[in-house]
Amino acid sequence: MAVFRRQRSPQLFSSRPAGALRTLLMICISIMLMVYDHQTGSLKQMHAALATVVWPVQVIVDAPHSLWTWAGEKLATHRALLAENEQLKSQLLQEQATLQQFASLQQENQRLRELMQAAAQVTGRVSAATILSAALDPFRHLVVIDKGAHDGVYEGQTVLDAYGIVGQVTRADPLASEVTLISDPSQAIQVEVNRTGLRTLAVGNAELSQLTLPYVTNSADIKQGDLVVTSGLGGHYPAGYPVGFITRFDRDPAEPFAHVSARTAADLSGGREVLLFWPSQPLPQAELTPKPAPAKAATKPGKKRP
Amino acid sequence: MRELSAPRGVWVIAASYLAALILTVWPLPQWAEVFRPAWVPLVTIYWCLWLPERVGVIVAFFAGLLVDALSGTLLGEHALALVLVAWAALWMHLQIRVFPWWQQCVVVLGILSLHALVLFWVDGMLGYTLGAAMRWTPPLVSAALWPWILQVMSRSQQRYHVG
Repeated sequence: MAVFRRQRSPQLFSSRPAGALRTLLMICISIMLMVYDHQTGSLKQMHAALATVVWPVQVIVDAPHSLWTWAGEKLATHRALLAENEQLKSQLLQEQATLQQFASLQQENQRLRELMQAAAQVTGRVSAATILSAALDPFRHLVVIDKGAHDGVYEGQTVLDAYGIVGQVTRADPLASEVTLISDPSQAIQVEVNRTGLRTLAVGNAELSQLTLPYVTNSADIKQGDLVVTSGLGGHYPAGYPVGFITRFDRDPAEPFAHVSARTAADLSGGREVLLFWPSQPLPQAELTPKPAPAKAATKPGKKRP
Repeated sequence: MRELSAPRGVWVIAASYLAALILTVWPLPQWAEVFRPAWVPLVTIYWCLWLPERVGVIVAFFAGLLVDALSGTLLGEHALALVLVAWAALWMHLQIRVFPWWQQCVVVLGILSLHALVLFWVDGMLGYTLGAAMRWTPPLVSAALWPWILQVMSRSQQRYHVG
């Protein structure tokens, strides 16, 4: 007891254990870190080290969920498995039926694109990853997936799910990666309306699974329910993948652009399985001065025609 | 005894931070997200009040870096906010210690509002300005939880002789 008291007694008289200098120093270091991280993104090593340190926390947090899934799989009855198997088989049959024409359509598309001298569609291979159930910053739309740089994940990689574009990898740590969803306020994705070919941008807003298309003119031909797909411009995302469906199109003559919003095609709120996309050839890269490329593409077919 | 209690204390402090980090990223339904208490700042305030010679701005800084790495924010964002939390708690820890519980709650509310303000400010510069109303529920919830946090933390501190 005496030891205990002797130990505690000094602090009664030490009025400021944290020197103002030390506090100021830490504040300066924090601000410098933020500036470096934001402006240059050169803190990759530090990010990777910290990600490795907090990896156990993510595993612990994810454990109940994965344990629950695992137990569900183990304890599933024979009958339930048979039923699921049956259902999956019929689903596969249906998908195969819709895929039958795909090969010939793809061939035809290829031929037409060659005639138009347009770039070939980028194809690629996909691999599944699981979203860890850790809750990240509530004001950013981020998820962590269980595949990292060790599995070939790279920064800027496209992430899909069964229905459409989910987002892109914004940081590939060794064991896990951080994916920013397309509905994050910092994200913008180059899209085109599937029905009309109208090209525009879809940007994230504060709400999950919601997108805004801020640069659609009032005279544009857009209807509710229209499918919006990636246009492939900008070189970030492969072309032709579903992004969302138009939910609102309000013309406002007082403003230069209409109010257009869309719901994401991918299941951003509930899904746990995502697909990582590796293009078979490098995506057409975005030029810093985007003018020459479209101009060339526009004039070439025109020249050929006569 | 002194030699024994010191390393023990370290483990209790580390365990409290680990628990706070786990609770920070524990998955909650979307609607409950705004009511999530600010666990790491709460733990930091407690240790800064009752163990100021061990836990201060440096521990707060590293805890903040871990929060940044976990929640995907800019490196240094939570570190800055937590350094300010630790500084505010240390600044008048002797007075706060003898406050009745409701006054402590008010002080905690003030410190955590500063925490939320710093995060809001940094996020605002990065363009995350939407959902501002949601920023002020965590300090309120955390301040309301303070008496219980105090109980649990001081019990475990006494139990494991962290000093």
